[in-house]
Amino acid sequence: MKSIADIKAIRDKMQSQIIMRDNNTSDEIRVVVGMATCGISAGARPVFNTLIDEVAKRNLSNVKVSRTGCLGMCKLEPIVEVFVPNQEKVTYCKVDAEKARNIIANHIVNGNVCTEYLISGKEL
Amino acid sequence: MLRELSLNILDIVENSVKAGAKNIRIEVSAKGNDLKIVIADDGCGMDEEFLSRVTDPFTTTRTTRKVGMGLPLLKMEAEMSGGMFDITSAPGKGTTVKSTFKIDNIDRPPLGDISSTIISLIADLNEGQELVFKFEAFGNEFSLDTSQIKRELDPVRIDEPTVLVYLKDMIKENIITENGGVSL
Ligand SMILES: Nc1ncnc2c1ncn2[C@@H]1O[C@H](COP(=O)(O)OP(=O)(O)OP(=O)(O)O)[C@@H](O)[C@H]1O
Ligand SMILES: [Mg+2]
Repeated sequence: MKSIADIKAIRDKMQSQIIMRDNNTSDEIRVVVGMATCGISAGARPVFNTLIDEVAKRNLSNVKVSRTGCLGMCKLEPIVEVFVPNQEKVTYCKVDAEKARNIIANHIVNGNVCTEYLISGKEL
Repeated sequence: MLRELSLNILDIVENSVKAGAKNIRIEVSAKGNDLKIVIADDGCGMDEEFLSRVTDPFTTTRTTRKVGMGLPLLKMEAEMSGGMFDITSAPGKGTTVKSTFKIDNIDRPPLGDISSTIISLIADLNEGQELVFKFEAFGNEFSLDTSQIKRELDPVRIDEPTVLVYLKDMIKENIITENGGVSL
């Protein structure tokens, strides 16, 4: 059974990666999930958890997943924003777990924006 | 309605994070037919006047929309499932939100995926904010304290995805949410 006692082992395993990355913060990719009441009721938590799972599984050490409040477009939640250094912000809407996996695989890993999940004019 | 009480928890604790709390405490406990959820923080708190209307959906300090739903929803869900809702707060001291639910009430939303909620919250903590999670049910107790975990991890951050996934599995393995046909 997993316990606090194993935390030190994780630390030892991760420490070297972290040092490498910290010398290289300029290429950090940020993935942000809207999680106010509106986002949560639309399914933001499984989206957030899928993103975390995928980033951990693929060992993407330059990707940070975080939470934000209401992005002011409640109807389009769950909303995921992707910030890649030196590129324009990309906003995905009505994201679910499957879309979240595709965002990681296509956009974050391969650099191809998932255009089919972008906000389209008619939804606004 | 949110489909799981752990989604309400995720939502309510966001208020504590925004209130600049240093210490946030989440307690989930089941005794007999009562499920109790307590969320306490030492954040900015609210004055009496604001507090008296905070469970009205049109009370919010948010700027992106005019209604705040978090507290009214939790209150409604508690009262609809034979339980109670109570909030106390003092400016500069903090806020405590207590809600109880009758476990066998058919209108009670299930507790749901509490481990996902906790790691989503841990990922959202600001520098210097700590979270304690206590869970007690069916004679089993579990608690987690981010300040302890951060000490063990240093210099690795607690919001690293690998760490969060590990903590999620750890919580899942250590809590009992179902026993003898009773499911929280
Ligand atoms: N723990 C707390 N400490 C300080 N202020 C709080 C706390 N909880 C709630 N409040 C205040 O009460 C208001 C209403 O909270 P509530 O959760 O109902 O809605 P909201 O946070 O404004 O919006 P939503 O939760 O729907 O995204 C908040 O905007 C905040 O000003
Ligand atoms: Mg709120």
